[in-house]
Amino acid sequence: MTHLLEVQDLVVKFGLRSGDLTALNGINFTLDPGERMGLVGESGAGKSVAGFSIINLISKPGFIASGRVLFEGEEISAYPLEQMRGIRGNRISMIFQDPMMTLNPVLTIGTQMVETILAHNRISTAHAREIALEKLSKVYISSPGKRLGQYPHELSGGMRQRVVIAISLLTNPSLIIADEPTTALDVTIQAEVMALLLELCKNEHMGLILITHDLGVVSQVTEKICVMYAGRIVEQGPTESIVTNPRHPYTRGLIQALPQGGGGRGRLHQIPGMMPNLTSIPPGCAFHPRCEHTMDICRSKAPQLFGDSETPGLVACHLYAQAR
Amino acid sequence: MFAFIVRRVLQAIIVMLIISFIGFALKQNVGDPVRELTGVSVSAAERESIREKLGLNDPFLIQYGRFLKGAVLEGNIGQSFFYKKPAMEVILSKAPATIELVLCCSFLIVVLSIPMGIYSAIYPKRLLSRLIMGLSTIGVSVPIFLIAILLIYIFAIELNWLPSYGRGETVNVWGWESGLLTLDGLRHLILPTTALTALMLPLFVRLIRSEMMEVLQTEYVKFAWAKGLPRVRIWFVHAFKNTLLPVITVGGVQIGTMIAFTILTETVFQWGGLGFLFLEAVERADTSLLVAYLIFVGIIFVVVNTVVDIIYGLVNPMVRITGRK
Amino acid sequence: MRLWKRFRSSYFLYSFLHDPVAMGSFAILAFLTLAAFGAPVIAPHNPYDTTTINIMDSEIPPVWMEGGEQNFTLGTDAQGRDMLSTMLYGMRISLIIGVGATLMQAVIGIVLGLLAGYKGGRVDSFLMRMADVQLSFSTLMVAIFLSAIFQAIFGVAAFERLAVPFLVLVIGIAEWPQYARTVRASVLAEKKKEYVEAARVMGLPAARIMWRHILPNSMSPILVLSTVQVAHAIMSEAALSFLGLGMPITKPSLGSLINSGFDYIFSGSWWITMFPGILLVLLILVINLLGDWVQDVLNPKLYKG
Repeated sequence: MTHLLEVQDLVVKFGLRSGDLTALNGINFTLDPGERMGLVGESGAGKSVAGFSIINLISKPGFIASGRVLFEGEEISAYPLEQMRGIRGNRISMIFQDPMMTLNPVLTIGTQMVETILAHNRISTAHAREIALEKLSKVYISSPGKRLGQYPHELSGGMRQRVVIAISLLTNPSLIIADEPTTALDVTIQAEVMALLLELCKNEHMGLILITHDLGVVSQVTEKICVMYAGRIVEQGPTESIVTNPRHPYTRGLIQALPQGGGGRGRLHQIPGMMPNLTSIPPGCAFHPRCEHTMDICRSKAPQLFGDSETPGLVACHLYAQAR
Repeated sequence: MFAFIVRRVLQAIIVMLIISFIGFALKQNVGDPVRELTGVSVSAAERESIREKLGLNDPFLIQYGRFLKGAVLEGNIGQSFFYKKPAMEVILSKAPATIELVLCCSFLIVVLSIPMGIYSAIYPKRLLSRLIMGLSTIGVSVPIFLIAILLIYIFAIELNWLPSYGRGETVNVWGWESGLLTLDGLRHLILPTTALTALMLPLFVRLIRSEMMEVLQTEYVKFAWAKGLPRVRIWFVHAFKNTLLPVITVGGVQIGTMIAFTILTETVFQWGGLGFLFLEAVERADTSLLVAYLIFVGIIFVVVNTVVDIIYGLVNPMVRITGRK
Repeated sequence: MRLWKRFRSSYFLYSFLHDPVAMGSFAILAFLTLAAFGAPVIAPHNPYDTTTINIMDSEIPPVWMEGGEQNFTLGTDAQGRDMLSTMLYGMRISLIIGVGATLMQAVIGIVLGLLAGYKGGRVDSFLMRMADVQLSFSTLMVAIFLSAIFQAIFGVAAFERLAVPFLVLVIGIAEWPQYARTVRASVLAEKKKEYVEAARVMGLPAARIMWRHILPNSMSPILVLSTVQVAHAIMSEAALSFLGLGMPITKPSLGSLINSGFDYIFSGSWWITMFPGILLVLLILVINLLGDWVQDVLNPKLYKG
């Protein structure tokens, strides 16, 4: 069976006058049809870049330097712009972070939905409006007929994100890439929107890549996780195993930083220091300046992802390489 | 929306009141209405009696009220000392020349600046964009009278292709002296229009370019790409419609600048319009005509700005629905 | 504070040294300024000294053309004045008025802008409405009106005698809204910050807070605006003089020189207009280019109309 999505050794660079900066340094992962995956990391880890590079929509001056993206067996990373346009918003949809900024303020909701359908299908505008209405009711928006004629600023934040989700469903894609879809929303609405997204993915058998810094959300929604740090995947595996048995010190730090149920367990754990800037990624393992277990080899040699027979998943850390 | 329009119109009326007040104060302090009526050769006693009869010794505000009443009801702003005619009549007879010039320029600016601005925003690194931007940097540094003089020197004196001054042959259409309907009139229009356009165009190209570049960076444009829309739709519907809002606002203000520049253009080309008239009035100390010009231009500015604000309200759904900016 | 300043000035210098356009513009501007203010020393003739001017020397073409004279490198104008000398003196007047008018508008605009931003409420809305109306009339229009009015009130003779201070005043009054808006915008931004709050809690008088605390933090946008406005003021002055509402021909600025030469291009004496024209464009262009560069380096958020 072919994978829904296969990313192979993807390298993304930012071309600057002073030289190229590497934003993604050899990313590998696969996603099967209907599978849900979380891309987790702090801001600046390259998780958004990874998401956008799948449909080759990296902001300038970013570009894919090497590697391949295979979608349903097609090498879409080699597609020219016009062919890529047929994939974007059609077979792969995206959901952006801030619904306040995602919808065009001077166009009605209806226009922004209908144009998406018409960009990919040769059907009448009236038919497209019907589809738009149907999707709006799928995301539980009240009086969808009225919404079509409204402008984004007339809707609340949660409502707008539902509209954005409805837009992503318009063409029945087989993969949705959601970039921090709930971060900009009120806490009370976050759970609702996330539950909606999960429900839709399950019902429509759509693949989902959920980009977020919130391990808590990922653990409830996804089946597997890639943890990213400074442009690399440092650990990946089934959600269950990563949450209960994190191996990379960074993943452990992230999990310990989560508020635990039950409460009253004192201060939350914090990972000391900050994610390095792209211009100053340390040699060796990029995490070593913040790691509790730094060894000599960490300072000179970057660890590769590898797995063993005991635990599912892969980890890039010298601690485990030694034990092997 | 209705409340919005009413408020804008009210504001416009207040501005017009202030302008008319300035104009009237000017008339009171600088001009001499008696001289306007009688000329210089009248004795002091006679002048005083005329002053009394005309109510010129009344308190300032009462006179202003009378002036306002006359101006609003009869369009009477005073008598031009030089033309021996009501000042408004003189102004109206010269207005078509200026309005035709301004309209031709506005048309050219809209037709040229939008494609140039959009092109240089979409492809900022291309040679043509760099050329457009370089030329517009030079363009904003060249005073209009120099452009005009250069045009005259090249096309009228050296090449002798086009006439250098005047409006040429005009046709009277229902009281409107138009130069647009004769070949000669159009030939005369070319150089002044080119000069004025050359001056205003760089401003608009730079404005459209910078606004468009900003809009192209927004999330909603990125989302439009992610939706797989054709790029023509992204550029011209998603991005340009949002670019239009600030351009409309600034455009309204620039119409004022354009009318100011007609004074310079008309001087160089001896174009028989309002600007030319205004300078003549300054030289002849024809105060009533000056005030009439001030008020006429004031009306144009206020009307244009109000219309621009209302158009802005129509394009921007935020204003249209809530009535707020 | 001092460290920060030093850092910025060094970055300033760094980017200056790496920008050939900025360096070139600065060099040309420095050269022109020196030439203008050194005019009494370096100019071959004194255009204000009527005894040395001979009407017989009028409309002599530049030296490289037929009929040119060694004595008058760039030819002479219609009154027989040496073009080069007259242009140098004229540029001095243009620069004095340009800088003077910018200072004038800066003073008016900064005071009113501080007041509007700090006081807020009715003072603010009145001042800003006024600025809006004035801007919608365009600064050039206001300047033209003001000088027409001044000329009408004081008479042409007095206006010509006092043309420099009058023009400084006229352009200053016409252009203050730009400063007021910029300053107001940055006051509004600064006002929210803690240090202003702290100063207010300490009971410092409002004028002192505005002057010592808020203004220094608004310097970058003011600096950027000032460069643009000098070019603008020089252009306005030239326009007014060209219309005969500025410097008289006896004491010409670049604008009035262009105006006086305009009549003669029909008889072929193009140099009386073209040389001062080229000089004016060069002057404005280098100031604008420097302004672009300063804006790139400081990158403040200018108030957008």
